[in-house]
Amino acid sequence: MLLSELAMGVSATVFEVNDTGPKDAIAQRLRDFGFVAGEPVRLVARGPLGADPLLVQIGYTRFALRRAEAARVTVSLETSP
Amino acid sequence: MNGTAATLRIALVGNPNCGKTALFNLLTGTRQKVANYAGVTIERKEGHYLAPSGRNVRVLDLPGAYSLAANSPDEAITRDVVTGRYPGEAAPDLIVCVADATNLRLHLRFVLEIARLGRPMLLALNMMDAAKRRGIHIDVAALAARLGMPVVETIAVKRGGAAGLIAQIDAFEPLAALGAVVAGGNVHIPQAPSAPDLHAQVRVMLAETVTMPRRTAAIDDTLDRIVLHPVFGLAILAAIMFLIFQAVFSWATPLHDGIDAGIQAAGAWLGSALPDGALRSLLVDGVFAGLGTVLAFLPQILILFLFIFVLEESGYLPRAAFLLDRMMLAAGLTGRSFIPLLSSFACAIPGIMATRSIPDPRDRLTTILIAPLMTCSARLPVYALLIAAFVPQRTVAGIFNLQGVVLFTLYLAGIVSALLVAWTIKRLRRDKSEHALMMELPSYRVPHPRDIAIGLYERGMIFIQRVGGIILALTVLLWFLSSFPAPPVGASEPAIHYSLAGMIGKALHVVFAPIGFNWQICIALVPGLAAREVAVSSLATVYALGGNEDGLQAIVAAQWSLATALSLLAWYVFAPMCISTLATVKRETRSWRNVVVLAGYLFGLAYFASLATYQIAKALGA
Repeated sequence: MLLSELAMGVSATVFEVNDTGPKDAIAQRLRDFGFVAGEPVRLVARGPLGADPLLVQIGYTRFALRRAEAARVTVSLETSP
Repeated sequence: MNGTAATLRIALVGNPNCGKTALFNLLTGTRQKVANYAGVTIERKEGHYLAPSGRNVRVLDLPGAYSLAANSPDEAITRDVVTGRYPGEAAPDLIVCVADATNLRLHLRFVLEIARLGRPMLLALNMMDAAKRRGIHIDVAALAARLGMPVVETIAVKRGGAAGLIAQIDAFEPLAALGAVVAGGNVHIPQAPSAPDLHAQVRVMLAETVTMPRRTAAIDDTLDRIVLHPVFGLAILAAIMFLIFQAVFSWATPLHDGIDAGIQAAGAWLGSALPDGALRSLLVDGVFAGLGTVLAFLPQILILFLFIFVLEESGYLPRAAFLLDRMMLAAGLTGRSFIPLLSSFACAIPGIMATRSIPDPRDRLTTILIAPLMTCSARLPVYALLIAAFVPQRTVAGIFNLQGVVLFTLYLAGIVSALLVAWTIKRLRRDKSEHALMMELPSYRVPHPRDIAIGLYERGMIFIQRVGGIILALTVLLWFLSSFPAPPVGASEPAIHYSLAGMIGKALHVVFAPIGFNWQICIALVPGLAAREVAVSSLATVYALGGNEDGLQAIVAAQWSLATALSLLAWYVFAPMCISTLATVKRETRSWRNVVVLAGYLFGLAYFASLATYQIAKALGA
């Protein structure tokens, strides 16, 4: 499933970040932020209007991502081994 | 000093929110110089200190970056300076990487990326106090061995918190290290390592050297639950915004008026010592009036930036942007645009300066371009004069005062047109690539007074030195236009009629007749460019009232048609009748082109809005 579809407070594991086109700087930046395979991730909060942006915990850091940004990340609900 | 040979040049590099600037402030104190990198608006902060060995250490505080794969102009500067590719900027002798000890999972990745450049470097583990409070234990010796570079602990917010770092820097010998580095100018960025690669290394390193009771600070979790709550969060935000608005709008006013009066009194005192004539007029009405204009902005700027720094340092500002992002995005802006736009209701100048906190250059420029449409406090004297003269004190719909309704409509017109302009800019822009939010919400922190004081001092000096000069020059120019040539002997009209400003105003009348402006208004518009509220006193001058502004309302009510008054109101909603705003845009965007675009579109909008207002009002018999 996509990170943007994750329910509040649920933990998941990053599967991969998908580029929307060649040289997708946003996807590259997400990987720099630590969105890499096997990394645990959790949805912490959502914006008050249209549940956008999303506040995502990855590693020790929280990032605010717009839905279109979070939709680049696929996650799986099974926790990593 | 012992000459250049005894100078060591170091650069502080690190992720945003690693406490790098606080560390810079601790190292260099007030021995700082803020300039700009050539041709861009990014600040170049350099300072120096004397090392215990007597060596002079020059410290460059590079913009925060997440990666050498630069995503913004700031990050590109950091990348180019650390790799020695930035023109006119020699590569630093020593790179000091700064990492937040509580956020190593993210920050160590960037440290590893820099380490691959193979340049002399060391790592400062900052915020060790916060790490200890959270029970995080770091085996510094093991980490240093893994990284292959010296690692020191620092606490940037504590006196003496950089002692270990200073000693470690002092132990560094550039000559010994030179052999290890590829000779200057030739440094290349190694093949960009794939992201998972570096992250995997970080994971292994952390597992071996760091123990951490929990991934986040409990206090952050609790605060975020309240601060980002859809209801409570917005209520807190509204309260804070109201406080800022109040402060910039009303707390600054007595200071503003006091400075203005003080400078004028000083000018008058100096003037009384001089013989009546052009020189005295130049000093009193030109130089001192300009000086008063410049300095009177300072209270608003400093009060706004005090709030912004406290909110930014405490970690609240990104949270406010989080709450507001969706709303602002609808207009093609970002959550970060909100505070600059809000403060523009008091004055566009601090508002435009505050756009520095917007990372995307496109979002920042759009915010700057629409900030002057927010109804600033300087428009109020003009609005008050015309509303009092033309709008009757009448109750409408049972509860509303008609004058209040008109004033509200003027504010609303500004906001709605700002949203439309932002939306249009988004449509017209050729670069349609996605605007990113991707914003880190850092841990909450107690702001440090030293960092705030240094920040305020810098903002104040930047305004006085770089914007002040332009404002002063233009004020003197406007004085010249309004004073020369002098009226003929026995002239019947006020002096301004015979001046260049008078001639320009009368010539402009041809252009402004279709929008209902009489020639008196046209003349007043020329000196009125100095600031919007000046229009009222210039009108008094043109009507030969000799500074008596109370009589102006009666004259205006008797001599102008309602259509003309409405047209002038519409003009002031849009027209950039404020050279200080234009000077600030020049300074903040480093481009005259943006100033021309701004002034051009605002004058265009003003003209068409006034034309429509006047012609419709006249057709309706006003």
